[in-house]
Amino acid sequence: MLERGETFPNGRITRVECCSLLKKDALQAIIEEKDYQAVIVGIRRDEEGTRAKERYFSPRDKNFEWNFKDQPPELWDQFKTDFDPGTHIRIHPLLHWTEVNVWEYIDRERIEVVDLYFARDGMRYRSLGCAPCTKPIQSSARTVPEIIEELRHTKISERSTRAQDQEAEDAFERLRASGYM
Amino acid sequence: MRTSDPTPNRGAHALRIVIVGHVDHGKSTLVGRLLHDTGSLPDGKFEQIQAVCQRRGMPFEWAFLMDALQAERDQNITIDVSHIWFRSATRSYVIIDAPGHKEFLKNMVTGAADADAALLLIAANEGVQEQSKRHAYLLSMLGVDQVIVLINKMDLVDFSEAVYQQIEEEYRDFLGKLGIQPLRFIPIAAREGLNLVEPLNGVAKWYSGPTLMRALDRLPAPGAEADGPLRFAVQDVYRFDERRIVAGRIESGTLRVGDYIVFSPNNKSSSVASIERWNAPIKDSASAGESIGITLTDPIFVERGHIGSHDTETPIETNRFRARLFWMGDRPLSIGRRYKVKLLSQEVECQLVSVDRVIDATSLETFSGLRLSVVKNEVAEVTIQGRSPLVMDNHEKVATSGRFVIVDHQDVAGGGIIFGGTYVHREPVQSTNIFWSEGTIDHRIRTERNGHRGMVVWLTGLSGSGKSTLAHALETNLFSRHMQVYVLDGDNIRHGLNSNLGFSPQDRVENIRRVAEVAKLMADAGLIVITSFISPYRLDRTRAREVILGADVEFIEAYIATPLHVCEQRDPKKLYKRARSGEIKDFTGIDAPYEVPENPEITIYTDRESVKESVGRLLDFLIPRLQLDVAEYEI
Repeated sequence: MLERGETFPNGRITRVECCSLLKKDALQAIIEEKDYQAVIVGIRRDEEGTRAKERYFSPRDKNFEWNFKDQPPELWDQFKTDFDPGTHIRIHPLLHWTEVNVWEYIDRERIEVVDLYFARDGMRYRSLGCAPCTKPIQSSARTVPEIIEELRHTKISERSTRAQDQEAEDAFERLRASGYM
Repeated sequence: MRTSDPTPNRGAHALRIVIVGHVDHGKSTLVGRLLHDTGSLPDGKFEQIQAVCQRRGMPFEWAFLMDALQAERDQNITIDVSHIWFRSATRSYVIIDAPGHKEFLKNMVTGAADADAALLLIAANEGVQEQSKRHAYLLSMLGVDQVIVLINKMDLVDFSEAVYQQIEEEYRDFLGKLGIQPLRFIPIAAREGLNLVEPLNGVAKWYSGPTLMRALDRLPAPGAEADGPLRFAVQDVYRFDERRIVAGRIESGTLRVGDYIVFSPNNKSSSVASIERWNAPIKDSASAGESIGITLTDPIFVERGHIGSHDTETPIETNRFRARLFWMGDRPLSIGRRYKVKLLSQEVECQLVSVDRVIDATSLETFSGLRLSVVKNEVAEVTIQGRSPLVMDNHEKVATSGRFVIVDHQDVAGGGIIFGGTYVHREPVQSTNIFWSEGTIDHRIRTERNGHRGMVVWLTGLSGSGKSTLAHALETNLFSRHMQVYVLDGDNIRHGLNSNLGFSPQDRVENIRRVAEVAKLMADAGLIVITSFISPYRLDRTRAREVILGADVEFIEAYIATPLHVCEQRDPKKLYKRARSGEIKDFTGIDAPYEVPENPEITIYTDRESVKESVGRLLDFLIPRLQLDVAEYEI
């Protein structure tokens, strides 16, 4: 991949470094520029192990770092919603949804989605990221109900086609701790 | 968070299972193995963990499937709760893997609070340990009552039936004290995959029960409380065109178009004109778990935090309530500091009035000495006072409106369940010609002049239990503190106000009713009223409590728990002797029943402590409650 120059800006850095630059740093820059106190993020617990440990209201310090060792308790639908000035909050309202739930919701509300999710020539994208790091899966699902049916029986994890996750054992954890979604 | 469930068929919920137990008893291993054995692991995951283990030069570690954090794998512990989805032949599950370490208790609580059922794991080679007990205690508080106990690592004790039975007996006994009836005990060896999906295959012929998977599949589907009393928690009021839509969630019960709804705390009522949903078919009823909007026939004032109910079954509305709580905050919960209670959509500033009992969650011993705070990881019974009224239920009646969290500064630091609250029937005044006159001299003004609140201290207990002695000793002590105090007893009530009453059942009821009404008026006038009557019937005492709380006066039921044989030995008026000989009929304790209070505010044991000690305990309990404002009791 490095030889092919697929990471930004010149192909000389790893995928994780590229992700840090293009997504984490970019997100951080816009949050700082606009002085957003919170961002609402659509991550879910079923996507990946460290996301499985998230809270609905997740505080980040001024460097956007996630202190996963000391997270606020959340019980009985009561959440920590008061924070010191300067704290940045990630709000994850869909945390308990599953991938199938998302498609069921798309189906119920007739939401339009990009074509890349539907099978063409026996392939479709299940998870979308940057082109060089996202691979399609084998699939014949051409409609939303077909996707739902496929997901009910699949044994392939959703993010297995996202190359940056596979680069190191704790690649995703390090990305997330430093501010990735 | 169950409200935003996107699935059209709400019955198709995944069953949420929390796995708890002492550290290193094999929780994460169990989950990893269960996922593998049910064929729920994604392709390549097994191989990925294999590679991770090889890199570290260690044998295959199932727990790595759950312990996603590097620190967790390095230290081989679970730090935070994890959620994993899997599917059996018959349904979907979410497994909540909770940490076993004591330091991570708040994470365990976060996981368990949302569970439909729990697996309690005990390693056979170590037996019942501290966290095995603490976690069970917290489960009982969190209201998770479907519990399966797994005795793990049976291979390490050669599948010994004796070891298994001894652990079962010990733990069953402990759970029984918590009111938990475990659904079953199951012996397993998680690392080897024995008795999870595959049966034991003869290694423990003495076990004839189901595998874990079969036991799980038999658990009933999670049901919302659609049959309970209606509790509609208002989140907001929206204006759309001409309509005012009251939006909120039904926490319990069922609401229908046309229903007459009372909103607490302001008691405004109206009928439901319509139920509004977003982008969904019209239906004229809605049940527990649904977030909906309603429109009303009358333009009444309703806002966030109000709770709607049917007028036949209204919730409790009170400033002061008792609760059993667990504390997770680094700073202790202390008398004199200000906190915030969050209960459904209500948020009210509050203070701790008293710590009534501290419970050791592992030994179940209670410490009832005077305490001014509750520290981290402790469980305690406390009395809490809100700055304004809170709407609630006893937890055993309606779970969702019977629990709350306490926010310290900014942090959710404690969780609690409410007990012992009294339901006051909000019926219209019987005669339309009688109006409760609210003069300009109110509660507050009287209280300020007296320097203390009005209150009713209701002593109940057998004849000879020491009520009268305590009542007068307490009166003397409070009087010497310049407080307005008065004792109501048989001597000053029976001879005057109630001279037309005898001892028939009807007359006994009327006797207590009049005592309650008199006590209410005197306490409303600002006095501390101590009543000293046997008052043997629970129903009568409950009625007295309702009458007095209905006038916004605090009611303290003090149970003088002197055993019958001690009372009979004392027999100061020789009444027991005469009752035994048949000379007196219907004597309480001999041939008439005494119904022991279920949740008295305080219990006094005169057979074990001196009058001075008993009065001391009563004073410790009463003095903080008599203060004008809890804040003045700062330490």
